[in-house]
Amino acid sequence: MADTAGGNAPKPSSSVKLVLLGEAAVGKSSLVMRFVNNDFQENKEPTIGAAFLTQRTQLPHRTIKFEIWDTAGQERFASLAPMYYRNAQAALVVYDLTKASSLTKAQHWVAELQRQASPGIVIALVGNKFDLVSPEGSAAAGGASLDDESEEGNNDANAEDEDAEDSDARKIPTAKAAAYAAEESLLFYETSAKTGMNVQEVFTAIANAIPEASLKGPRGSGGAVGGSTNLGGGQNTENSGRVNLTGASGAIGGKDGCAC
Amino acid sequence: MADRIMETAAAAPPNEHPSESPRQDNEVEGISAADFKSESVPPVERTTSAPGSELPSREGTPPPLPPRPKTIHPKSPEAQAGFSSLRVPGGSSRPSLQAQATTALSVGDIHTQSGAHAPRPSSSRQVSFAGFGFMRKHRGSDAGDSISIRSTGSYAPTLETGGEVESIVGDVLAGADNPAWKLLTPHLDGAGNFAETLFPEDSAFEYAFMTEFDELDAIDPDGSNEELVMNQFKSKLKHFLILSSAGKPIWSRHGDDRQITNYIGVVSTIISFYQGAKDVLKGFTAGDVRFVVMSKGPLNLVAISRFGESDTQLRVQLESLYMQILSTLTLPNMERMFKARASTDLRRPLRGTETLLSALADGFTRGSPSTLLSALECLRIRKTHRTTINNTLLKVKSPNLLYGLIVAGGRLVSVVRPKKHSLHPGDLQLIFNMLFEAGSVKAGGGENWIPLCLPGFNNTGYLYMYVSFLNVNNVNEEVTERPSTSGGSDEEVAILLISPNKEGFFELRQMRDDLVEQLSKNASLNIIRDAVNLGRLSCTDIIPGTVLRHFLYKSRANVQFFMPSFDPYFNTPIARRRLLTLYNHLHTTLHTRPSPTPKIHHVSTPHHMALAWSTPLFELYAVAPSPATTSRAALAAAANALVGWVRKNEERVFIIGGGVF
Repeated sequence: MADTAGGNAPKPSSSVKLVLLGEAAVGKSSLVMRFVNNDFQENKEPTIGAAFLTQRTQLPHRTIKFEIWDTAGQERFASLAPMYYRNAQAALVVYDLTKASSLTKAQHWVAELQRQASPGIVIALVGNKFDLVSPEGSAAAGGASLDDESEEGNNDANAEDEDAEDSDARKIPTAKAAAYAAEESLLFYETSAKTGMNVQEVFTAIANAIPEASLKGPRGSGGAVGGSTNLGGGQNTENSGRVNLTGASGAIGGKDGCAC
Repeated sequence: MADRIMETAAAAPPNEHPSESPRQDNEVEGISAADFKSESVPPVERTTSAPGSELPSREGTPPPLPPRPKTIHPKSPEAQAGFSSLRVPGGSSRPSLQAQATTALSVGDIHTQSGAHAPRPSSSRQVSFAGFGFMRKHRGSDAGDSISIRSTGSYAPTLETGGEVESIVGDVLAGADNPAWKLLTPHLDGAGNFAETLFPEDSAFEYAFMTEFDELDAIDPDGSNEELVMNQFKSKLKHFLILSSAGKPIWSRHGDDRQITNYIGVVSTIISFYQGAKDVLKGFTAGDVRFVVMSKGPLNLVAISRFGESDTQLRVQLESLYMQILSTLTLPNMERMFKARASTDLRRPLRGTETLLSALADGFTRGSPSTLLSALECLRIRKTHRTTINNTLLKVKSPNLLYGLIVAGGRLVSVVRPKKHSLHPGDLQLIFNMLFEAGSVKAGGGENWIPLCLPGFNNTGYLYMYVSFLNVNNVNEEVTERPSTSGGSDEEVAILLISPNKEGFFELRQMRDDLVEQLSKNASLNIIRDAVNLGRLSCTDIIPGTVLRHFLYKSRANVQFFMPSFDPYFNTPIARRRLLTLYNHLHTTLHTRPSPTPKIHHVSTPHHMALAWSTPLFELYAVAPSPATTSRAALAAAANALVGWVRKNEERVFIIGGGVF
């Protein structure tokens, strides 16, 4: 996980903008913290707004620099989500294996992404908190996801552990989520940010799934950044008074399109 | 002992002189800033019946002694109610209350003594923060604040009702015989350590305080430990409740729904009873517990305290919690929700901010100089260095920037702002609380983009705050990325860039990169790092050999305060809490009335001496060791020396003006 950019200069490097979405308290920030810092905190306090982090992942043939938007799950932040997924090449939609409602919320996010995000966006459905479900379930599903890089593989393997679902804190059977993921062509993993299970794998799988064509140069997101900046510049003149806040944000909202 | 004396003054005398107060005000204005020229503490001579004990200044009004029961049994709840229960050092050595005559240091005294001096150089310096009104706002209601149902019944439509209300609450929350109360009863033989400590021992208080921040146990499914948990709940020294005017719980510092439902119901009933009678309930006392109620539109906020804080101080705390809620929702949003449905459950939209409210509340419970003074603390650096940092901020300022701040170790280093807008201390406090008290932002690592409403600036809309933490102790590597998630030490420097532009993240991120580059180029980062690592000065660093052990100096014009390190005398949470309680009392004596300035107030107990000094320019609160070792003249001289030092170092310890664009 260490930043190895220095040693890999020859490899081409690409930026991938990734957004995490999902209900509050499913473990989005914990997944990111595990991925970026290989660290875990019990009882992490809720994210406020959104956090922006970066992390490099090495693929055999290139370096992927993830630019990660870790968003807050509370409903009041939902209206800001488009800002974060608008230019995203990948999305991690996270639910909590031990909470039934969280998959429903995840499905809403998937639908919204398919409707509104960039057409080529790679979406991974991630069931987190695997450490809370029983050991036998753990072996089965962990193996399943670890073995497979492709979504198809996941489906086959996950069908096996249906019997584990009632015995523990698990509220969402692997098969159910996997079937949904297959139907929507999503990557699918069950993870534990606490133990680190499958966390690296999710990001690697996403990196592999990003179409080569959509990978830009090292400053891959430069276009997006430029767009934002230009937008900001335009905003500036009309907003020099800086008093009418609501008006200002409304105006920005209307210009969403030109940021891509 | 001071606690007792001062509480007597704070809780008891009902300020029922509305007709007198305007006249008083006029007098006050007569003694304006220009009249107080002296930099010296006027020598105050007076006699007191008990050696070493003083009474608060009464500012000219005849000091009505509180109505007292004929006989005071030291352990009776009535006796406790009259003064701060927590720290009554006591027992037989305690002089009887009746023996302590009230002596007042009148305004007139000061006037005469200082009137002959030449006018102080004018203080026409530019006011950098507009928070000046922050305190004043609360003052209007002061007159009635210290009235309690128990002592006067004046807020109860009839005395009978007052009694009834009191008994309801007494039963539920503060029954004199409940275990929690007993826990807090001072050990009668605990006091008497005159030589070393600045505060009397009180192990019961210490115990209660140590467990104050513990979570309550969960109630077992069979309810077998319910009583235990309820006792834990009741033994908390401080509670905050927020409920809607429809009586729905919104937030409580302690306890979950199951534990607080009854209390919410009772509190709600009491509040609406008075609202129904068109007589707004502001506060009441039950046993040793003070309840203060604040109604804000659709919300009712209740503070319940055993710390002996004044109503004004509790109100400032409630105001701050209210601002935190507005900061999350904005006022129009919240009003819209309640307009649509009066029974709205506000917990849902506020979800995730409970930790912010709790962090604020715990700050108040631990004791916060910043809240007490409604002022900010700055990092002490040279004026030229600060100017360089301000100019660097201005130089890299991006077009959509509203406010730019650099904060280090929880203290403000630099601010840039538009000419038209100042920064409200209350808003800054919310931001500091979010960043430095509640761990959510810091713990996440990375950079943050946070929508928030700054109610002091504009309570109707959101601003967007870019936050980036730098660990300046690793400057040699690369300053840009934060190293790890678990670090989170005091040494961190936060760069806060606030914009009205929702999409401004990358713009401000670029500004931050430019800023960090420039600051490391002109060595400002090193200066900040050194200043942070140096920590706060100790009293003896400031004035060698001073008798002062700690002080708070608030510059009124700058709405900022300066204080020394809590080390070595107040380095435990409990010592700090006691110190802050003393400051609370001193603050109360300066602020209970529409305040004539200048004003000086001395307190002596066997354990410590303290001084509160208010002028149009500053407020000073200072603590020195016991009168056995320190003379009052020495304390006065030390205070003078300190004021001189601060004046000389004003542009180092305060941000004056800041960068303006």
